[in-house]
Amino acid sequence: MNNRISIIYDRVRWEEKEIFKALEHKNIQFSKFDAKTLVLHSDDSVQSIQDVYGNSILQRCISHYRGMLIAHYLESKNCSVVNNSSTSRTCGNKFLSTLAFEKAGIATPLTLFSFSDKSAVNSVASLGYPSVLKPIVGSWGRGVVKLNDMDSAKALIEMRYNDDGLLSKIFYIQQHVNRPPRDIRTVVVGNEVLGAEYRYSSNDDWRTNLSLGAKIENCPMTKELEDVVIKASESVGGGILGVDLMESDDGLLVHEINNNVEFKGISKFTNDNIAHKIVDYIDTVSKR
Amino acid sequence: MEQKCQDCDATMKILDDVVVGEIISCPDCGNEFEVSKIDSNNVTLSPAESVGEDWGE
Repeated sequence: MNNRISIIYDRVRWEEKEIFKALEHKNIQFSKFDAKTLVLHSDDSVQSIQDVYGNSILQRCISHYRGMLIAHYLESKNCSVVNNSSTSRTCGNKFLSTLAFEKAGIATPLTLFSFSDKSAVNSVASLGYPSVLKPIVGSWGRGVVKLNDMDSAKALIEMRYNDDGLLSKIFYIQQHVNRPPRDIRTVVVGNEVLGAEYRYSSNDDWRTNLSLGAKIENCPMTKELEDVVIKASESVGGGILGVDLMESDDGLLVHEINNNVEFKGISKFTNDNIAHKIVDYIDTVSKR
Repeated sequence: MEQKCQDCDATMKILDDVVVGEIISCPDCGNEFEVSKIDSNNVTLSPAESVGEDWGE
């Protein structure tokens, strides 16, 4: 392999360092670009952009909009970007993710969308209590709140509605799923599910995000889990993804797919070197 | 390598395999700094970007 690969990032985490090491290990020439320093010219030629970024680009920005728009730009110059802008757009927005899951027939929690505080309060009443209010963009469990009763629902919706955030007047309210105190995180690269972990919520929080203190354990891979994860990955266009699921009374529900997946935790539970798999995948995609 | 926190003056240890773009957190005050330059054994730190609404996985 001697294709040139570019990595675009805005913060170097453990995962990016592992990918750099994998590229060095495989003796692949690569360039690193800090998205915060880029200035992209609308009229640059396809050739000039490909001369700078090469024929294959891994987009690893932690900022959803920054990464997605850079992917759009590079694709407009005929560059191959992983994950591509369409996958980024769908995964980075829970509203669009839910629509993709429903369209593909993937079991997902019932979700209501509304566009004002009054209609949001009405939507909670129809879903019942508790329900879960989530921001449509963002991660790590930030702003994900349980609406336990009408009083708390009205207060939290009012607070969200009066927030200055660009998307704070769009409400994404989901049924609260009766599940064990854990969810399942899987990492998929292309058509391969590389591992799964249970994420147990900490004693003082119902959310299962690692950043909120969740504990992780190996989750055995089953054919059912693998099939659901691959189907979910395909529903958003595929790539390098973290598919999150819940175990409900009615089976597995996919509730989110992460486009810029962190895989430090799950690496403990898989024999595969995920960074090496990512590099191999980028190389394969660039040759298509 | 070691650096002093620009805010609280605590000592921050920096690992040998540090790369540009990596975040160094102060063990005392929690402030984050981004490695902006590495010159032989000298690391330049800048205040890290604060977490944005659209940040995530």
